[in-house]
Amino acid sequence: MAETTTEAPTFEALSLVPKADGKQTMKDFKSDQEVRWCPGCGDYAVLAAVQGFMPELGLAKENIVFVSGIGCSSRFPYYMNTYGMHSIHGRAPAIATGLASSRPDLSVWVVTGDGDALSIGGNHLIHALRRNVNLKILLFNNRIYGLTKGQYSPTSEVGKITKSTPMGSLDAPFNPVSLAIGAEASFVARTVDSDRKHLTSVLRAAADHPGTALVEIYQNCNIFNDGAFEALKDKEQALEAVIRLEHGQPIRFGAPFGAERGGDGLGSKGVVRDQATGDLKVIDVTVEGTDGVLVHDAHAASPTTAFALSRLADADTLHHTPIGVLRDVRRPVYDSLMAEQLEKAVVQNGKGDLGALLSGNDTWTVVG
Amino acid sequence: MTSQVSSPADQQRSPGSPAKEVRRLERVIIRFAGDSGDGMQLTGDRFTSETASFGNDLSTLPNFPAEIRAPAGTLPGVSSFQLHFADHDILTPGDAPDVLVAMNPAALKANIGDLPRGAEIIVNTDEFTKRAMAKVGYAASPLEDGSLEAYRVHPVPLTTLTIEALKDSGLARRDAERAKNMFALGLLSWMYHRPTEGTESFLRRKFAKKPQVAEANVTAFRAGWNFGETTEDFAVSYEVAPASAAFPPGTYRNISGNLALSYGLIAASQQADLPLYLGSYPITPASDILHELSRHKNFGVRTFQAEDEIAGIGAALGAAFGGALAVTTTSGPGVALKSETIGLAVSLELPLLIVDIQRGGPSTGLPTKTEQADLLQAMYGRNGEAPVPIVAPATPGDCFTAALDAARIALTYRTPVFLLSDGYLANGSEPWRIPEPDELPDLRVQFAAGPNHTTEDGTEVFWPYKRDPQTLARPWAVPGTPGLEHRIGGIEKQDGTGNISYDPANHDFMVRTRQAKVDGIEVPDAVVDDPTGDARVLVLGWGSTYGPITAAVRRLRAAGEKVAQTHLRHINPFPGNLGEVLKRYDKVIVPEMNLGQLATLLRAKYLVDAQSFTQVRGLPFKAEQLATVLKEAIDG
Repeated sequence: MAETTTEAPTFEALSLVPKADGKQTMKDFKSDQEVRWCPGCGDYAVLAAVQGFMPELGLAKENIVFVSGIGCSSRFPYYMNTYGMHSIHGRAPAIATGLASSRPDLSVWVVTGDGDALSIGGNHLIHALRRNVNLKILLFNNRIYGLTKGQYSPTSEVGKITKSTPMGSLDAPFNPVSLAIGAEASFVARTVDSDRKHLTSVLRAAADHPGTALVEIYQNCNIFNDGAFEALKDKEQALEAVIRLEHGQPIRFGAPFGAERGGDGLGSKGVVRDQATGDLKVIDVTVEGTDGVLVHDAHAASPTTAFALSRLADADTLHHTPIGVLRDVRRPVYDSLMAEQLEKAVVQNGKGDLGALLSGNDTWTVVG
Repeated sequence: MTSQVSSPADQQRSPGSPAKEVRRLERVIIRFAGDSGDGMQLTGDRFTSETASFGNDLSTLPNFPAEIRAPAGTLPGVSSFQLHFADHDILTPGDAPDVLVAMNPAALKANIGDLPRGAEIIVNTDEFTKRAMAKVGYAASPLEDGSLEAYRVHPVPLTTLTIEALKDSGLARRDAERAKNMFALGLLSWMYHRPTEGTESFLRRKFAKKPQVAEANVTAFRAGWNFGETTEDFAVSYEVAPASAAFPPGTYRNISGNLALSYGLIAASQQADLPLYLGSYPITPASDILHELSRHKNFGVRTFQAEDEIAGIGAALGAAFGGALAVTTTSGPGVALKSETIGLAVSLELPLLIVDIQRGGPSTGLPTKTEQADLLQAMYGRNGEAPVPIVAPATPGDCFTAALDAARIALTYRTPVFLLSDGYLANGSEPWRIPEPDELPDLRVQFAAGPNHTTEDGTEVFWPYKRDPQTLARPWAVPGTPGLEHRIGGIEKQDGTGNISYDPANHDFMVRTRQAKVDGIEVPDAVVDDPTGDARVLVLGWGSTYGPITAAVRRLRAAGEKVAQTHLRHINPFPGNLGEVLKRYDKVIVPEMNLGQLATLLRAKYLVDAQSFTQVRGLPFKAEQLATVLKEAIDG
């Protein structure tokens, strides 16, 4: 089974990618380009976290490629001193699929946003996930269109007042994690821009995952949607809002269930299965009631529980938002299978012979 | 045009039919027509293979509905396959069939209008029931009401005869009946002295897993042959001698345009020493290329069936960034969807082949029919100034060479290239001289390996947009090359460094430079065929109109007329001498299967009064029709 955030990663997914000669630092991954996001944008924190994490992979940086679409976050590749392509709106997963499936010696990362990945590029995203191409997709979700100056996005809450929806938006949002699990994703995680430690741990797990990894990063747009994730960041509110998932650990959150009340020091709320409906629900943990609390299993073959966990979050209040690795399972990787078919074809038919191919089986000769 | 020249052929009489007369013909046009479920395309393919292996020159025109199984017995459900074969070199599938095989009333009704008086018609009388005839509007049986008096009709109960021949096969009546197309093929094979071994071994291969079906088809095929030999209705058989003089020495095979194009792509990949990567989404009439390339993984070919047209080209572009010879294949509607990515490829300046097998448009149009109406879409169909070279094959076999040429341009100039084939070339076939691999061009490229620029302070750096002064191509630096890490994108780039730039002067420079790069692509001069040197009329075409235009020109010259001809392989850029060529003639006639798209380009660029002759019927031009138009131009 795949390693988890709590275990030491082996980066098996990157075994075909050449290693760096010497030790790398964060500085090695900073390009010479001036970063042009708005001051205070959450993207800075994510960029720093990624640049800080890259040396841990120890890969030759010429074998790392960042591919992005269009949107604020999609400027990301310009700031990474690796190979990179800032492509067109929504298409990064498709372009990255071509690159990753033709070059197993590369570590390919996609940087995208909620509009890029879930609106104009929704089709490419779900198909990349179902194919399980060796891609790591970082989906910066700020629940707004930033680059086009503030229209509602496919993750905006219903009723969102924006320039394009002065009376409030009408359409129900996507939950990117639910969507990814529904699209047969083999790795789905969620993290938050401001929590560098957690963000890095999720990046580590994603990098270690063979196949497509989707990492949703809640990212603050301080210009057009400031404070969208405040419920998860404010210490007090976070107690109610954030459910930190760790593989093998009981799903507990909220204020500690302290010893003074006979508790075990873990969160005073827990996620249990409703025996009547099979669905998940949040309960207040009692001294006797800890047994029923679900133990998080990111490697569960069935996506049912991961999906149910993703549905606990309230799209408006963000209460009961799980963060961490929701799902991490092994599934055949598209690019490896493709390479295997090529090898098998050579074994079965011999290496291609152009002369024989052009001749075919049915020829005649004209003598001069 | 007289196509049937009778002469006693006493030496080459088929050994099995000593009693019957054998006439020698120079050329024959046969059309097999039936319901779309009757197996007419297979029948035509087999007759074509037999004919190719016999050594005739040939040209084919499959014509079928977009529906896989259109309502049985209806006019829209008719599928046909026309084959023209000769003892000399020919250029088209022929204007009018000499022989029509009509498997049902719909097939007769749909095709009778194309037949000249005196043509032979072989009809499957079993299908001429009252109901089937009423379905297509025959009030009385055309076999009995005298309406076919102008033709030589052979009424044959094909279904009954096939079932009878297979009564011991163990097949149910329904299944036995399905072999009637092989009975018809056998009959025609007898009529035209076609070799039969190829078809028999083909049937055994095709139905290897169902030996009973294989034997039934072989039996029906032989029964058809024997029927021709024994029945008195078929008193004459015909010989068309091999077209030995028509072909330069060499080894030949029959090839369709899509197959030749697929082989051209594989050959280009081998000659460039780059892995071939196809990103594609199924679309008629281009899907055959996806199918074919998928069969050749042992050449290192990767085929990716994408979720949509956009992902198809996206994946190809990603693979191009990674150093592959990248291709996307589609038809007109797919090109529309790919446009934005083509623009990105123009901006990224990466090699990429966009293969457009044109079909009737607009919108879904005529998916299985041919047209040349994507030319201006290929030329201009993008936002911004986004020039893309255009290469167009002229014949099915030429699709091979055109694919190599398109790859040469893409790789040398680091640019997307359009390869504009069409439905007629894609599905049509002709004999093709098999090239030796060592005749093929060397397409190897140099990836960037190190810094290419020294900054003012003496630092050696890599500039992704520093151009080759000759070709204006930028370096192709593939991921995995140490020290050349760089970022590219669709935003305007600074000349040289490739960094984002919104500078007005830089944008102006970059737009003009990208245009200059495409304008400067080396293409051969247009060759003018003007045997007398004093023709006043030039006929100029592009793409698949080559066959009918050339056939028309030959007819005129045979009649003593003077006409010059040139045919464009390269439409962007045009050959360097084209302006001078156009000005040499009093009249320039441009036949196209669109409403005059090339003529528009010529008129705009060369201020020449090019006259369009256009047709958008989903079918290739007929030589006779073009000859008439050209004659009017010569006389006028």
